[in-house]
Order: sequence, then structure tokens, then C-alpha cells
Amino acid sequence: MKDKDKLQAELGVESRLSHPTAVTVSGLNLFYGQTRALKEINLAIPEKQVTAFIGPSGCGKSTLLRCFNRLNDLIDICRIEGQILLNGRDIHASDVNVPELRREVGIVFQKPNPFPKSVYENVAYGLRIQGVNKRRQLDETVEWALKGAALWDEVKDRLNDPAFGLSGGQQQRLVIARAIAVQPKCILLDEPCSALDPISTLKVEELIAELKTQYTIIMVTHNMQQAARVSDYTAFMYLGELIEFGETDQIFTRPRHKKTEDYITGRYG
Amino acid sequence: MSDLHLGQHISRRFNEELEGVRSRVLHMGGVVEAQLANALRALVNKETALAKEVTRADAVVNSLEVEIDEECARIVARRQPAATDLRLVIAVIKIISDLERMGDEAKRVAIMARSEMDDALDDELRADLQHMGDLVREMLRQVLDAFARTDVDTAVVVLKSDKKVDRKYKKIIKQLIQRMATDPQSVAVILNIMWAARSLERLGDRCLNIAEHVIYMVLGTDVRHIKLDDVLAQIEAQTEA
Repeated sequence: MKDKDKLQAELGVESRLSHPTAVTVSGLNLFYGQTRALKEINLAIPEKQVTAFIGPSGCGKSTLLRCFNRLNDLIDICRIEGQILLNGRDIHASDVNVPELRREVGIVFQKPNPFPKSVYENVAYGLRIQGVNKRRQLDETVEWALKGAALWDEVKDRLNDPAFGLSGGQQQRLVIARAIAVQPKCILLDEPCSALDPISTLKVEELIAELKTQYTIIMVTHNMQQAARVSDYTAFMYLGELIEFGETDQIFTRPRHKKTEDYITGRYG
Repeated sequence: MSDLHLGQHISRRFNEELEGVRSRVLHMGGVVEAQLANALRALVNKETALAKEVTRADAVVNSLEVEIDEECARIVARRQPAATDLRLVIAVIKIISDLERMGDEAKRVAIMARSEMDDALDDELRADLQHMGDLVREMLRQVLDAFARTDVDTAVVVLKSDKKVDRKYKKIIKQLIQRMATDPQSVAVILNIMWAARSLERLGDRCLNIAEHVIYMVLGTDVRHIKLDDVLAQIEAQTEA
């Protein structure tokens, strides 16, 4: 093996393992009342890569995802222990401005949730609440974000039509455009394709692959093949614990833990 | 993780498909075992009728390869297997390709058995070829067993056995060269024996390949193109982890 590494080094083949960390989770416990939903999670999520959380329903993957932009704060009985660092900064520190955190860490849900406004206003919304009102700047950003979400060509002639008139797949890409319009660092995707047809799913997956050049992407998916197709790293969770985290290639060919193995080969039950 | 526990999928049909592929590989292995045994007997005892039978039966091995290949492609397309299931399918695709080539080599031994050998094939050579053939037959038996039982230890025994076959082969070749030197008239005849010996040696190499595929299937470690000592070290590291 050593020879192989040496040979790779000589040939200039880079190791894919060395990515800087975007989000660091250490000793994270999350309680809903008396129930512990997340148990001692330790995880380093690489920057500008796609990380997928997989696991059976109720394993805590969505709960963990929502920790990253403090969406769980909205739930009264929720209590968190441990630390989450976003680019080295503790997101629970007292001086953190939560709306600002949610701008940096955008989220897209399972069901597309555009606002009851026009296509244009949906994308411009985040900028407007930041106080941007200059038409030119808004136009530029809307175009840029819609192009970034691979939607521009399909909607450029109907920017003032209601967003609800778009197809499900287009609505989901519109929501992604809305998220990137405010230039986040990180995008959270909570089962972004589960309400979409196969073609729209492929378009969103293609978009994810393009977005990762600029953003750190963390996604929850029930579709294991989707995790295998689009992610660079995969985390397998079970009953609130992080069982295994590794490169997707490794997880899907040589998982280290029996539970991961059973889950991804369909033996979980 | 040495258990492949095929029978535990949520999808019973997927279980059956994987189990089906596995048993067809073992069936194909059994056919190749018989082909090898018959080719060797035909060579050593000059049984021409049996040699003909081996040549004819090679078509069975070929069609099994095509059939199992198709089934594997179907499983990949429809089930998108992962982890142990994926490694099983990949290992099978490679193993059947090696088995098919083993069938070809057995056929070649059979063809040589029917060729002109005069008195060149004396008792000593006969015994050597028989011994070498028996070593290869044992390797094949063991490697099929290792596949059936997902047993890395037995696969390692096969990796080690190939050296013995190689030594025997070199000894036979040395003898044949000496004979050609002392009796140039017999070169054409002795070349036939040499081809047969070479085929037997290659059959051993194929068993070694299959043993490597079995190790990959069970441990997920690719041990091809690595020195035997390094292979053993890797297997140890993998089983400890």
C-alpha cells in the first residue's frame, strides 16, 4: 500500500480527504423534553463539499440538520448541549445574531415553499429585508441567483408571474435561488427531492453538484441512491447516534459498521 | 463482517436473486472442476474419447458465463446493490470470467491429450503432470469452497499454493528442455506436452485470481498485484479493524 501512496504522490494524484472543515460539531446532545433525540454527536463537515445524512425515520438526521441554523430554537421544549462551530465560530455564543446566522446558513425543505409572490419577488425577498432597494442591484442579484439555481432560462420571460404557477421542480429550484440570493456560506437541504418527479430530481441533483463549488452543502435524504449519487461524504445515523461518517465511496462499498452495512444493503428492519 | 448473510434482505426477491447467482457460480465451478479432472485423466492416460468429450463440453462453461453475466447486469440495473451485495456482484463478474478461461485451458489440455506424443510421455513425466494437475485441482476445490463459505483463510491457502504449482511447472519444463536438447527429433512432440503443462500452470494462476476476488468480496480489500507478504499484512490489518 505504501508503494501505491508513493506512486500516487509521484504522479501528482491528490488525496481527496483533505478538505478544510466548515462545520464542527462536538459533544452535541439534543433533548425534546425528557427525550434525548441526539446523542454525543461529533462530526467535522468539510467545506464546499456535499455531505449527506442518511438513516431510518426518526434517527435524528433532520433534527441535526436544523441545529446548524438554530431552527430548533423555535421549539420550546428543545434543549441543546455541546458545541457547533461554523467556520470556527460558536453558533450558540451570546453575541450571535440569529437572523444573520440563518442568512449564512440557508435551508430548503422537502416541500417547495415559495412565498405567495411573483417569481422575482421571491428571490428578491431576502435582499429587501436586508434593506436593499436599488432596482439595478435587485435585478442583477435575481438574475444571478436564478442562473445559479439553473432556473433562469425557464422563467426569465415570466418573472412577474406568481411563483405558484411554476412546476414542483421549478418551485424547488426557485426556493434554492432564494436561499443563494443572500449569499450564504452553507446550504441545508432537508429531503429536497422527495416531492419531485425523477426528471426534476435529476435537475436538482445536477444543481447541487454545481452549487458545491461555492457553498458547503448538507443534505438529508431518504433516498440512498441519491446520497450515493450526489454526496462526497455520508453520515449514517441511527437512534440519535452518529454511527459512521466517511467518504461516500467508502460508505457504499466498504462500510465499517455492521449497522451501516445492514441499512444501505436493505437489511435493516 | 465476514458473514455475507444473504438471506436477510427486506426484499425476499433480492435475496433469491443473489442466492441464485451464487449457486450458479458454484455450479459453473463444479463443471470446470469436472472438465479439469477429465482433461488431466485424458492427458495422463491417453484417453482420446474422454478428451473429445472435454472439448465438446466447454460450450457449457461458456454459456454459463454469459448467463451469469446477464443476471449480474440485471441485478446492478434493478437493485443498485451496495456494500457486501455490490462486492458480491463485482466479484462474481470477475470470478466467472476466470472460470471461463479455466474452461478454455482445460480444453487446451484435452486437445494436447489427443495430439501426437509417441513415447515422449513416459512414466516419470506422466507422474509429474498428474501431480501438478492434482495440485491445481485441489486449488480449484479450495477456492470454490472459500467462495461458498466466504472464507478468507482458505482463500489465503490458495494464494500460497500457487508457488508449489509454479515450482512443479519449472521442474517439468527443465526436463522437457533437456529431452529436446538430447533428441532434436522429438521437439514437435515434446512441445505438445509443454503446452499441456503450461495450461495446467495457467489454471493455477486463475485459481489465484479467484482467491483474490474472494478476499475482495469478503473484506473489501483489493489484494491484486501485491506481494504475498503484503497481502497477508493487509488482511491482518483489515480483520483486526
